[in-house]
Amino acid sequence: MTDTIVSYLAKFGPFKDLLEFLTESYGANGPTLFAFLIFLVGVIIIVTILSTIGGLGTYAERKISADMQLRMGPNRVGPYGILQFLADGVKMLMKEDIVPKDVDRLLFFIAPMLALTGVFGTLAVIPFSSGFTLTDLNVGVVYLIGISSLVGLAIFLGGYASNSKWSMLGGMRGASQIISYEIPIVLSILAVVLLSGGLSFGVITRAQGGWPHEWFIFHNPFTFIGFFVLFIGSLAETNRAPFDLPEAESELVSGYHTEFTGMRFAFFALAEYIEVFVVCGVTAALFLGGYQVPFNLGGDTIWGQLLQLGAFFSKTLALYYFVIVIRWTLPRLRVDQLMTMCWKYLIPIALFNLVGAGVWMWLFKGKSLFVLLFKSGTAAAGIH
Amino acid sequence: MSMSNLDIYMPILMLLLLGVLLVGITVVLISKVVRPHNPNPVKEQAYECGEDPVGSAWSLFNMRFYVTGLIFIIFDVESALMFPVVAVFKSMNEIGLGGLVLIELIIFITILVAGLAYCWRKGDLDWVKSYKMSEDSKEGTGIEND
Repeated sequence: MTDTIVSYLAKFGPFKDLLEFLTESYGANGPTLFAFLIFLVGVIIIVTILSTIGGLGTYAERKISADMQLRMGPNRVGPYGILQFLADGVKMLMKEDIVPKDVDRLLFFIAPMLALTGVFGTLAVIPFSSGFTLTDLNVGVVYLIGISSLVGLAIFLGGYASNSKWSMLGGMRGASQIISYEIPIVLSILAVVLLSGGLSFGVITRAQGGWPHEWFIFHNPFTFIGFFVLFIGSLAETNRAPFDLPEAESELVSGYHTEFTGMRFAFFALAEYIEVFVVCGVTAALFLGGYQVPFNLGGDTIWGQLLQLGAFFSKTLALYYFVIVIRWTLPRLRVDQLMTMCWKYLIPIALFNLVGAGVWMWLFKGKSLFVLLFKSGTAAAGIH
Repeated sequence: MSMSNLDIYMPILMLLLLGVLLVGITVVLISKVVRPHNPNPVKEQAYECGEDPVGSAWSLFNMRFYVTGLIFIIFDVESALMFPVVAVFKSMNEIGLGGLVLIELIIFITILVAGLAYCWRKGDLDWVKSYKMSEDSKEGTGIEND
């Protein structure tokens, strides 16, 4: 059975009463209505929080880059300039919406829509805590890979529809980069599925533990390399530097969103920053134990849930910080280096990791490296 | 509480609809009220750093992108085929059939690697094909170098 936030909440007092009331009033439609209400509230909460995080992401990006370059960064709007993203949003809302004469109007309208839709779609399966997962699909990982490729489509359509040479180059580069780096990502996710024996994020997270030695990243040497393959692939998938070729501002003006102004551009930017959060969250859930808290502190109480949320968000935001620092540290790759990196390094490494993880599982009956070392240590101590 | 099969897909539908509506309503309705609208011919040109654009951008494009797409499709389909195998691996391993699944997986990956090695040898993984590679292929097809 698939766990959802609805089946989780229905176990508790006030929600149980509400469910009974709705079932009495509407008969067989009661549970569906109940599910609809809970999902609606959950969706609105998640979208609001994630949009705020996306907005704060732009602020964090500018502030951290300023810090690294000995500048002040935004410091006028609100305390420490923290409301800068709201001011930017209002400014973009009031900008003229310029649609060039030669564009493909339908695709030009659809492209930002697809970008945001693809990113929002991934939010349905992100495991924020054991209870607060909108719907824990039993094919969660496959669903996530599928729906997130809508963003790649949006980038290509944005570049194509603009009928501008800069946009076209950016869109083409974006499409080839995103499809290429999808393969190492899928292959390193396959290694995690191999270890946990399930495709849903709940199964994968529960197969890990709260302590670092129970995380999949330290399960065996192959997953340790797999983590970095996934992380590099995610950087390329979200068009973050050093893989920001589709929007390389020093060669392609602004890449695939050169012709987009005002709110259309704002939605592309928002989708990009939320997507960075999503890939960081997925990496945390797959390799860093997700919402698991040490000492089994995360339970079904409200404090347990808050601790789990804290664990998930601290891991994810640490990765987010790392992603931003990488952007302001490394120079951009060339197109041929980008392709070499993917096809000649990451994919062979990822294939080797997948076989290696399988052999490890078969040889050591699924025990992690730590368990093996600890067991042999105690056995040796017992002999002497 | 038991949920019907379709109920678990409800939030996905909601999120997708929300994405469409958010962009649609903001761009078409809200922003239209507050933003200025005074187009002129120069503003409506495609941006090419101040030059008048020559021709359309929808023209012939570099062949390399097509080859990359072709290789991607093969790899993507094959990695999709591996998902069900690795999903059952753990439970098969627990009843002692892990070796069997592993051998099947390795055979499959070997074929995949053979394909990758072929593309690599042919020079299709190089963004810029080297001069030697194109010379070799010309010799093979009997086309003289002019």
